[in-house]
Amino acid sequence: MTALPLSIVGSETSRLSITDVSKRFGGVAAVDGISVEVEKGALVSIIGPNGAGKTTLLNIISGFFKPDRGRIVLQGKDITARKPNEIAAMGIARTFQNIALFSGLTVLDNLMLGRHVRMRSGVFGSVVYWGIAQREEIAHREICEELIDFLKLQDVRKQPTGALPYGLRKRVELGRALALEPSVLLLDEPMGGMNQDEKEDMARYILDVNQERGVSVVLIEHDMGVVMDISDRVIVLDYGRKIAEGSPADVQSNPAVIQAYLGRKP
Amino acid sequence: MTAKLSTLATESRTCTLPKLSRRNAESFGRAPGIREKDRGIWRTYSWQAYYDNLRDFALGLAASGFRRGDKLSVVGDNRPCLYWAQLAAQALGGIAVPVYQDAIASELVHVLDHAEVSVIVAEDQEQVDKVLSLRERLPHLRSIIFSDPRGLGRYQEPMLRSHAQTQAAGREFGQKHPDYFERELDTGCGDDAAIIAYTSGTTGRPKGAMLSHRNVIATAENYVSAEHIRRGDNSLAYLPMAWVGDMMFSLATALVAAVTVNCPEGPETVQRDLRELGPHAFFAPPRIWETLLTQVQVKAADASWLKRLVYEFFRRAAEQRELLRADGKKIPLVRNVAHRLGEILIYGPVRDQLGLRNARWCLSGGAPLGPDTFRFFRSFGVNLKQIYGATEASALVVFQRDRYADPNTVGQVAPGWEIRIDEHGEIHLRGPGVFLGYYKQEDATREAITVDGWLKTGDAGLIDPQGQLAIIDRAKDVGKLEDGTPFAPQFIENKLKFSPFIREAVAFGDSRPFVTAMIVIDFNTAGNWAERHGLAYTSFMDLSRRPEVAELIVAEVAKINATLPESVRLRRFVLLTKELEADDAEITRTRKVRRAFVAEKYADVIAALYGGADNVQVSLVVTFEDGRQGTLKSTMAIHGERLDADALKAA
Repeated sequence: MTALPLSIVGSETSRLSITDVSKRFGGVAAVDGISVEVEKGALVSIIGPNGAGKTTLLNIISGFFKPDRGRIVLQGKDITARKPNEIAAMGIARTFQNIALFSGLTVLDNLMLGRHVRMRSGVFGSVVYWGIAQREEIAHREICEELIDFLKLQDVRKQPTGALPYGLRKRVELGRALALEPSVLLLDEPMGGMNQDEKEDMARYILDVNQERGVSVVLIEHDMGVVMDISDRVIVLDYGRKIAEGSPADVQSNPAVIQAYLGRKP
Repeated sequence: MTAKLSTLATESRTCTLPKLSRRNAESFGRAPGIREKDRGIWRTYSWQAYYDNLRDFALGLAASGFRRGDKLSVVGDNRPCLYWAQLAAQALGGIAVPVYQDAIASELVHVLDHAEVSVIVAEDQEQVDKVLSLRERLPHLRSIIFSDPRGLGRYQEPMLRSHAQTQAAGREFGQKHPDYFERELDTGCGDDAAIIAYTSGTTGRPKGAMLSHRNVIATAENYVSAEHIRRGDNSLAYLPMAWVGDMMFSLATALVAAVTVNCPEGPETVQRDLRELGPHAFFAPPRIWETLLTQVQVKAADASWLKRLVYEFFRRAAEQRELLRADGKKIPLVRNVAHRLGEILIYGPVRDQLGLRNARWCLSGGAPLGPDTFRFFRSFGVNLKQIYGATEASALVVFQRDRYADPNTVGQVAPGWEIRIDEHGEIHLRGPGVFLGYYKQEDATREAITVDGWLKTGDAGLIDPQGQLAIIDRAKDVGKLEDGTPFAPQFIENKLKFSPFIREAVAFGDSRPFVTAMIVIDFNTAGNWAERHGLAYTSFMDLSRRPEVAELIVAEVAKINATLPESVRLRRFVLLTKELEADDAEITRTRKVRRAFVAEKYADVIAALYGGADNVQVSLVVTFEDGRQGTLKSTMAIHGERLDADALKAA
């Protein structure tokens, strides 16, 4: 598995830019003056020890938290003050560290829900289910079926997600995020708790999403092997601050990173 | 009578498989020819679309230099475009060489190289990668065509092309050479080789059996004439395309009788798709019938007590009725009434759940099916029949008829065929489907066919007074215990496999004092059982080493022993801590045990079975899916206590 040649990244105009963002919870600076540029089509990983502020940063991007300071701009539009649903509609999708699917709904219904922000017909139209509403449903279903094919979920299409094994639910969650047809995908530990086989499959899907669908990916992951294998760029956080940024090879040899992970020499 | 049969095979407009697709397009062009489930929807191609697709593909092949006698391989799950690719090659006078899609690279290379394949049509990236890894060892290979472009966008291989590109090139070529295709198609004759089917080979290296168009069309016609197949019937194509059985059903029979072939979404969805489709005919090897039976048994055991009671009552009633019927006795009225009621409450719904409600006939073939499994399905109203044939005889040769289906026989020869048992008890067949010979192995061909055209099948059998053929076993597998009692391993293995907890069994006994077996548990059902009994386990190996599981299997074996004659009862067995794998060459791709190889590989285990030890240390080479190998060290316990029927009663 090799990373994308850097020439493909970077040449395009910046997609998602996060400038000097901070967020405090009481006296704790969870995120402290972080700036990140995610170019179109890039695969950027964020790593760091527990409590470094990785998930908080993702929550700020997706609008779950308002930052105390700083700006987030998606394709020239300021999205800092937007609500999560508005941000989703603008093309930023995410998955969660702890799976957040509707466990009583089928895989297909979960994916269709992912299309919700893209649906136009209201309650009345859907009840009548004729004309526009019907055509719309068919179009959405087609996109979901593409995803089912892409993620190889055919055999569980009509099964409630609650009954599926963990690795498969993670895949469904990725599918739901993709159902939004995002231009930026935020993944919060998509491989947490998976075995080696499942991790390899997931890495393959993430790469395919990134390379074949051209979706920019921001990935939080603890498995260093995977991160170093698939990322174009790695950002290291520690105590809410960015301590390093660069290619996987650069980051691995950076003394500040080694110190953050292994501790200071006494 | 014989003259009336095989008319298609001798008629020059219909004597090859691709010519038959032309006939279907002309005669019933708008009727559904083939379906594929894709993105959750069954997509239908009419016979006209079927023919157009294969023509465009053939022209695409022609444009890139595919010539008469060239070979084309398909590797992948059942897909319309792979069937078309084979017919396209045949339309140009080429030969199809389908290979097993799950074969590991080293297995593939032997077949592809031996057959001198020049074009490979691969389903997806996985298969393309496999073929590309072998490129250096395939000097005849000129191009690789893929049907699913996913993940292949960045490949820069000059020999790689997509199915769509090939067809587009074909349409262009066709405009420049408007008569080319029809001319090539008409040049083809019935005696051309249509397919080289590499035999699964329970012994040694696979051999390539060449079947001509006449072989497969005449055999299919004879078969259709004796079975009630109707035009427009639906069948499900899910068995490996490399297996001659699928070729005979999904290509030859489907083309001859204009049956609509349906390709499931993928191997994981077969069962769901089967139920959704409700085909008119269903063909499965014993392994699948055993799996279906296990599922019914497990679901019944998991049901609430009332349902279980009702199910058990009607299951017994059905079984007894079936036994009465098999003995030719009159069935009392009360039993018939119970049967009607059972049909509404149990049999119909079970058939519906299995997807067999519309099936007028079902077949089991490829290996013998255990009588208990057979009887179960028949008693539940599934018209299950056994079929017997050999790759070298175009597969569909001997089969049971509706009115007479005895679990211990496989039926009568199809019209147009002759059968005889030679002095050693070996089955010989003669008829229109006897193959042309093994590809590049004339000495093997001479060994297989007698001078007067009889095919030696290598199977031992006898013909009973009703004229039904009974298969004893592979001729060389049948042996004798030390005291001279005849011993047929498959008979015992099938008995064992009837237990839902036993997935695989290999029995030993030839020139031995008593019968022993290696048993592989069924991971699903035994795992379910363990969960219900609060037993934690981590892996297959762990589960098969649990003393509680051993207890369970001991009880199962004791039950089975009670139904066996004293002399061939199982005295000792071992629970294998790994499953038998085709990748390890322990079973064939169609899941037949390769007995000689297994006996050699597990020599230590067998020695321990006949020695006194109560466990054995083994170290086995295992092959992973990607071809890497590793060693598995394990201790396996041997069980020999409490296997007697009396002990069962005492317990």
